[in-house]
Amino acid sequence: MTQTGDSNLGPRLTDGQQLLQDEVRRFCEDRIRPGLAERDRNHTFPADILAELGDMGLLGMTVAEGFGGSGLSALDLVIVVEEIARVCPSVAVSLSVSNSVCCWPINRFGTEDLKQRVLPPLASGETLGGFALTEPGSGSDAGSLRTTAVQNGQNWILNGEKAWITNAGAAGFYVSFARTNPEAGHRGISAFVVGADTEGLSIGPPEEKLGLRASLTAPVIFNDCRVPNSHLLGQEGQGFKIALATLDHSRLGIAAQAVGIHQRAFELAVDYARQRVQFGRPIADFQAVRFTIAEMATRLAAARSLTRAAAAAEDTSQAGRLAAQAKLFAAEAANQACWDSLQIHGGNGFSEEYEIAKLYRDVRVTTIYEGTSEMQRRVIARHLLQ
Amino acid sequence: MRIDLNEEQKLLRDSVREFAEEEVRPKAKEIDETGEFPSDFLRQAGELGLAGVAVPEEYGGAGMDTTAYTLVVEEISRVCGSSGVILSVNNSLVCDPLLRFGTEDQKRDFLTPLAAGQKLGCFALTEPEAGSDPSALRATATRDGDDYILNGNKLFITNGTNADIALVFATVDPELKHKGITAFIVPAETPGYARGGHEYKLGVNASGTTELSFQDMRVPASQRLGEEGEGFKIAMQTLDAGRIGIAAQAVGIAQAAFEEALAYSQERQQFGRPISDFQAIQFYLADISTELDAARLLTWKAAWAKDHEKRYTLEACQAKLFASEMAQRVTTRALQIHGGYGYIREYNVERYFRDARITEIYEGTSEIQKMVIADWILDHS
Repeated sequence: MTQTGDSNLGPRLTDGQQLLQDEVRRFCEDRIRPGLAERDRNHTFPADILAELGDMGLLGMTVAEGFGGSGLSALDLVIVVEEIARVCPSVAVSLSVSNSVCCWPINRFGTEDLKQRVLPPLASGETLGGFALTEPGSGSDAGSLRTTAVQNGQNWILNGEKAWITNAGAAGFYVSFARTNPEAGHRGISAFVVGADTEGLSIGPPEEKLGLRASLTAPVIFNDCRVPNSHLLGQEGQGFKIALATLDHSRLGIAAQAVGIHQRAFELAVDYARQRVQFGRPIADFQAVRFTIAEMATRLAAARSLTRAAAAAEDTSQAGRLAAQAKLFAAEAANQACWDSLQIHGGNGFSEEYEIAKLYRDVRVTTIYEGTSEMQRRVIARHLLQ
Repeated sequence: MRIDLNEEQKLLRDSVREFAEEEVRPKAKEIDETGEFPSDFLRQAGELGLAGVAVPEEYGGAGMDTTAYTLVVEEISRVCGSSGVILSVNNSLVCDPLLRFGTEDQKRDFLTPLAAGQKLGCFALTEPEAGSDPSALRATATRDGDDYILNGNKLFITNGTNADIALVFATVDPELKHKGITAFIVPAETPGYARGGHEYKLGVNASGTTELSFQDMRVPASQRLGEEGEGFKIAMQTLDAGRIGIAAQAVGIAQAAFEEALAYSQERQQFGRPISDFQAIQFYLADISTELDAARLLTWKAAWAKDHEKRYTLEACQAKLFASEMAQRVTTRALQIHGGYGYIREYNVERYFRDARITEIYEGTSEIQKMVIADWILDHS
């Protein structure tokens, strides 16, 4: 890593966190970097890599140890996600989703019985988790979702279609949201943990995306899908609250993903600027390039500090606002950084032979998913003005 | 001062738009994905006079002006960025220098089929180690009787996979730096001329970008364009004109993104109303339309300057710099307005976002435009 990357800015890392960071960084270089471009080109989801990350205890990071998890903190999680995203943003989002929007809400809101049955296979990496909230007609306005759940004896019967579901097809469990009371608006939404093998659950064709092509994104369809009553997560009608709490937490993962991409874009820019000679000298000698690199490093330090500070503030009254600010700032900064790095690469940057072209495609979604930048601004403003 | 289009220009714009919608748009997504060069497009464009818009009719062109040319490139780029640059390169970087610097024989033998769209041209200046600094090029041309022997490698050559005729820049003496650079008109069937494979790119993926290599390639002196050592001047003047085409391409891509974002914002309902009701989205749209008009007018101003035989380096660089950066901002915002739908290939806006990115790089990066603009204003103040 380029020394000027300030990879330890923000809250001081403990010795344990330093060790974790080093271990993950080594794993990423040894196991994830090889084949990176091919997986992107061929849209290959690296199930084997995710399984190894599970063996390392990184798929149930914030799950309590009693349920097979690692019992780690949100700060530990953002350190790990950043390191993985620096090498492969697709693997980073697959891991972040499983940890943050599947394991985390189950660990927090599930009954002992549900946790006992569902969390160990997720935390060990035996299977992955997904989060089925978004629908074709309800994206930013999640409260308008139309999937229904009707209770029938020992089961809830789910019907509806979910869109853009990360890990769809690979996940063993989906934290899914459906309307249990059509009259009650937000308070009529409930959350369920739906096993992938449940009858009536099917996966639509995968989306062809601009970037993150080694991650899975597809519709999840419920057609008279019978979910046992015991798989209701939290109380009936509590689903929207669970969704918002989960997104407050998961935004930290996306912020960390953006920081990792930013770090890599920065490293690539520095290396290229030093070795590319034009007009008889390295382009790193030109003031325009030097100032761009200075800006990239400054925003990187700010994004990393904000992300780690937001993670450290989890469970405080400021957590929601800080997570939204971290996600907004880190995503916008990472997009700018990838643009800057590609520009420094000139024509070579536009060729898919160079890593920066892929990063430029990958980074674009960070201002969109788990709440667009506009939704983050809305959340932040609401915190400030309420 | 008139800044609207005359009747002839409006007619041209409308007929090119019709052609673009009917013939070019249906294939745009597919050729982006496969990278297949749109050979049919070039033939059809040639029949309509779009391959040499500003070339006089006696040399196979349409005999129109540079403003007309910007309208053509904008309209084609509005539906397909790859087709836009294919056309721009043939017009600006090949036909234009042949018209300005070619002998009568050269115009008859090479310009006429190029301007008529019967043959396709490419511009072979860039090398692996000579991008922003073309004076550092290493391809050599050694005089041998009535011929030159060319050796060297060229990189990122638009149209290169399919071009019939290349305008090649090589040096007769590397010691002379830019004063040794000489231009040659080289048919692709010349022995020693070799093309690389399709270069897989972030955007404009069907524009036939590839490497060219020349090995002991014998080119008659009669195919030298201009004088020995005049190549650098030819290249720079050609790029001035080319930049107007890239500005028009950027405007066309941004226009497409704007139209689709505007329509999407009015259709997409969230929080019980179209997202165009939200002030944040409204302000995005207001910024987009303002910047788009500004870029188009700056492009027309550069075209007007060229047509009136003024020096137009400054105007061309300003138009290219502003329009390309505008297109990048506009396509970014248009994608953002589309939310998750913007990130998938089913919608066009991700293609516009990828295609726009190159306009800030080729035919002089934004940094090179700024260097030229700064030199100009500092020298003339």
